[in-house]
Amino acid sequence: MSELRKKLDLAAARERLEATRGKEYWRSLDELASTPEFQDLLEREFPRQAVGWAPDENAGEGRRNFLKLMGASLALGGLAACTRQPTELITPYIQQPEDLIPGRPLFYATQTTLSGVSTGILAESHEGRPTKIEGNPEHPGSLGACDPFSQASVLQLYDPDRARALTFNGEVATWAGFYSNLRGLLADQQTRQGAGIRILTETINSPSTADLLNTIKTQFPQSKWHQWEPAGAHSARAASTQAFGSAVATHYNFLNANVVMSLDSDFLGSGPGWLRYAREFSAKRRVVGDQKAMNRLYVAEANPTATGSKADHRFPMRASDVEAFAFALASELGVGGAGGGSNPEFSRWATAVARDLQTNKGASIIIAGEQQPPSVHALAHAINAALGNVGKTVFYTDPVESNPVDQLASFNELLSDLDSGSIELLLIIGGNPVFNAPVEWNIAQRLRKAKLRMHLSMFEDETSEVCQWRLPETHALESWGDGRAYDGTVTLQQPLIEPLYGGRAANEILAMFTDVPLRGSMDIVKGYWAGQHKGTDFESFWRRSVHDGVLANSALPVKTVSAKGGAQPSPAVDSGKFEVIFRPDPAIYDGRFANNGWLQEFPRPVTKYTWDNAAIISPVSAKKLDIDTGDMVKLSYGGRSLNAPVWVQPGHADNCVTLHLGYGRTKAGHTGTGVGFNPYGLRQSKALWHDGGLDIQKISGSYILAALQVQHQLDTRRGVIQGGTLAEYIKNPDSIHEGFENPPHNLTLYGDWDYSKGYAWGMTIDVNACTGCGACIVACQAENNIAVVGKDQVYRGRLMQWLRVDSYYTGSVENPHIDNQPVPCQQCEDAPCELVCPVQATSHSAEGLNDMVYNRCVGTRYCSNNCPYKVRRFNFYLYSDYETPSLKLLNNPDVSVRSRGVMEKCTYCVQRINHAKIDAEKQNRGVRDGEIQTACQATCPTEAIIFGNINDPKSRVSQLKADKRNYSLLADLNTRPRTTYLGPLRNPNPELEA
Amino acid sequence: MPQIFHYSANYWAKASIAGVVFLLGFVGWAGYEIDRGHYETRKDEAREQPIPFSHAHHVGALGIDCRYCHTSVEDSSFAGIPPTKTCINCHSQIWNTSPTLEPVRASYRTGESIQWTRVHDLPDFVYFNHSIHVNKGVGCESCHGRVDKMPLMWKANTLEMSWCLDCHRNAQRALRPLDQITTMGYVPNGDQEEIGRQLMVQYHTPSVRVLTSCSTCHR
Repeated sequence: MSELRKKLDLAAARERLEATRGKEYWRSLDELASTPEFQDLLEREFPRQAVGWAPDENAGEGRRNFLKLMGASLALGGLAACTRQPTELITPYIQQPEDLIPGRPLFYATQTTLSGVSTGILAESHEGRPTKIEGNPEHPGSLGACDPFSQASVLQLYDPDRARALTFNGEVATWAGFYSNLRGLLADQQTRQGAGIRILTETINSPSTADLLNTIKTQFPQSKWHQWEPAGAHSARAASTQAFGSAVATHYNFLNANVVMSLDSDFLGSGPGWLRYAREFSAKRRVVGDQKAMNRLYVAEANPTATGSKADHRFPMRASDVEAFAFALASELGVGGAGGGSNPEFSRWATAVARDLQTNKGASIIIAGEQQPPSVHALAHAINAALGNVGKTVFYTDPVESNPVDQLASFNELLSDLDSGSIELLLIIGGNPVFNAPVEWNIAQRLRKAKLRMHLSMFEDETSEVCQWRLPETHALESWGDGRAYDGTVTLQQPLIEPLYGGRAANEILAMFTDVPLRGSMDIVKGYWAGQHKGTDFESFWRRSVHDGVLANSALPVKTVSAKGGAQPSPAVDSGKFEVIFRPDPAIYDGRFANNGWLQEFPRPVTKYTWDNAAIISPVSAKKLDIDTGDMVKLSYGGRSLNAPVWVQPGHADNCVTLHLGYGRTKAGHTGTGVGFNPYGLRQSKALWHDGGLDIQKISGSYILAALQVQHQLDTRRGVIQGGTLAEYIKNPDSIHEGFENPPHNLTLYGDWDYSKGYAWGMTIDVNACTGCGACIVACQAENNIAVVGKDQVYRGRLMQWLRVDSYYTGSVENPHIDNQPVPCQQCEDAPCELVCPVQATSHSAEGLNDMVYNRCVGTRYCSNNCPYKVRRFNFYLYSDYETPSLKLLNNPDVSVRSRGVMEKCTYCVQRINHAKIDAEKQNRGVRDGEIQTACQATCPTEAIIFGNINDPKSRVSQLKADKRNYSLLADLNTRPRTTYLGPLRNPNPELEA
Repeated sequence: MPQIFHYSANYWAKASIAGVVFLLGFVGWAGYEIDRGHYETRKDEAREQPIPFSHAHHVGALGIDCRYCHTSVEDSSFAGIPPTKTCINCHSQIWNTSPTLEPVRASYRTGESIQWTRVHDLPDFVYFNHSIHVNKGVGCESCHGRVDKMPLMWKANTLEMSWCLDCHRNAQRALRPLDQITTMGYVPNGDQEEIGRQLMVQYHTPSVRVLTSCSTCHR
């Protein structure tokens, strides 16, 4: 919202920070500078530009037009209600499937796979159509939690832009035609041992698929299999190969760790096993009841991530400096040789961290980020070994991926084969190398040198464009499969629905290369595991495994490894210029989710912008370059350049720019094409993750970024976040609430309702546990049929998500501490919204829910105007898709789809409450504690959200509400919210705090 | 200046005032009648179906229990429409050459569902749950009427919100013992209000406040 404000006055912001005594929370640099524009935002329900149709429309004129049209549509809208109910048909089964009760969902255990790591999920099926993804509690990598990508995978399944037809040179073909073409070629290749066959896949972690690929290799010994994963663990793989002689997977147990040092690792927000790590990590921070201790987290990173927001001490540094810091830390601990620079700040930090680590030998973790160079991984391995953490908090196993090769080297080999023209048949399974391979490889041109190119893909993308055969791929919910989780546990994938567009699974295509070419994906997967099974009764073992979603006790055994030689420092980077840092996007990852509206509109952790990527830069560097959020800059690196908008991020390291990959797709679909800026256009194979030598030049023009951080502002002076340090809290638990008004309950003009009988639903949200990962937002969107509105509407403050996660900063602009606060409807007992509704479309239920009745709502928006928490959402347009056939299948049948002119908001997932209540009443019992999980609660990796009956003193929610950390948002208004928060605590190292 | 209007215009002026009031009243009344009347709600209107299935014959004459076909009524929000297989169970043996039943046999042969016209159709924003009603003493007859006397299915009640609320506010008027749920033509053994009140205690019927909360039916 750059045009909203004058130039950011960093000096004014600093002055204000220094003038405040003690702790002050802020959400944006505007707020800190206390600009008049910010005051305006605080007092208004919507930003000013929300009025009008077009961005350039005069605000006054726009309002008049709006009222005119509203008046007309109201009059006509009334008439529409006078129609007779249209006739509906009921279509029963011919033979009803066993176990299926119409109207009740069934859950199936299956998996999603990202970058060669599988996560167990439960897919909810309503009469055969998957509608919602939950975590699989039986799966070690999920424990019931679920990540945003998996949550959004149902939308990908029903995406109307999916590849619908098998085509050859643009002509629709048949699978039989493809098969005969392929078999003909293979017969020819057989004579030359498959010398002309190349298969390019993403990282494969599926044992059965790897087995197929090995079979192909035996049959065609001269054929080659290459893998390319743009955001894969290239460094970690290389490091373990260098350090231990063979590729090794590392995993951690945070339950045993008191001190954690993250070297640019976002283990609480991405990467293998992060759901489990977040659960374990937050368990060590839950200062409730008898638990008075907390772990301590140090994070060294450039761009603030979910992990960085949980840090007790965050050391902002360029990605390339992490190595120097790691060397400093290693030498403090007496491991590793010399290396790195002599930054005095680094050694001060390293000394303090080292001392802390030494007092927690065997109970600490050094975790290196996947994007850090092998040297940092090697140092982390060495320090963990020296501290005796290996076997206690750090574990090594064989690799999770099936064939851990150096993917860059392997791809280079493919490139030279392409150049020599020796490739006759190139099969690309999934992936999108044309878009995401290093830019200097010029893949689009060189792939054309293969004689026949086939691309199996769910979407017709950039890579499909250069292939003759375009094969529609099945979604994970349409086919059988398997994969290994972060610890190696074999996870099974089962289909919930017939392929919507006649696609085939990767393993079915690969099977066509073998002696038994026409196998279904089930036969392939089941056949493989039948071969592996040692016991007798395979059928019952298989049924149990498919039911559970995991093969029991299949985690890879922990192995002992010994390091060979120390870490070698990476070559120094060009430190005179800026540093460019590439990271997978928190929402669309490497670009594969670009066409997914839920993920595009998912506010990124910390930055909170949607529908875009940007050049993220620190306030100090921005000041130096005289640029501000929304300005356009030209980024020049390695002889190439990219124009991108700037995002000034407090806490970002100086002299570097973070670019999130995946944007700038040219052929993604209706949602994703042409959105954002493409950093792959700068990314070279020599520096996949960071490099020096970046020039930044301000160019003319500005760009609108639709960011939520400046919307829905609450007045932070009124105790929105009530937190403190652990030491203070232990000494005086009331200290964190000091200075905030908390009026007595009876000081109200509202009538007193008796909620003491029956159920009284309530929720607590532990700000101390929340990492701000945003999984809850996508879960809520999926559960409650929440519409996607698009970037323009987000910018106007019309985002429909019922749940938002606000980030609050405290401390300096250069290195603030960040707290994340999820804000759903607070379900006030004395709800201000209810009083002002002229038609009683929002009123209170007997159990304390602030009900919203869509069919009564006439759209005055008074309720939203009167909501102090800014949680109500209005359908300014017809955002819900009533037309697209495939998207109709996506909707949760237990929640109304809202039309234009209707207000909506969080209901505490009242559909889940009602189902649980009905089930309990039928059994003549009460609802048990924990029986109802709201969608956000169920998916939360850190168990930050707890829902239950506050009339039951034994329920978890009651006990948490009795905790000293408990507080209400804007308690001074005495709205008596049913949602309360548990204040955040920090556990700083006294040595660094001084 | 001559008079423009004849003085009989006074009469017409007065009459038109009354006329307007009457007209407005009439339009209001007519609107209300259309909105709440049988045309709009389709109460008592026998709906045509692809097969003239007679509940009167199957329930009234043969005495088949409701749950033989509507299998999920006790477990789910949806009572369930029988799959073709349920029809074929009997009609492969009896009336297996009847031309009327050809659509049933065709459905079983081809795997194409029979498309029934929905008679009891609540708006999409209403979430009615059969199972909690039949498990807590609301008989089929209470809402669906004397199904055993309906040759073609019709709505015996309007299914309007005010009709729902009549029971939600006065549950004692509708409850019956659980063994009488599917009984057609149930006559209470004593005073209904008194029996109903006892049953409300026995079935833990929620308070009127809970039963009339918006989110009980709307979400």
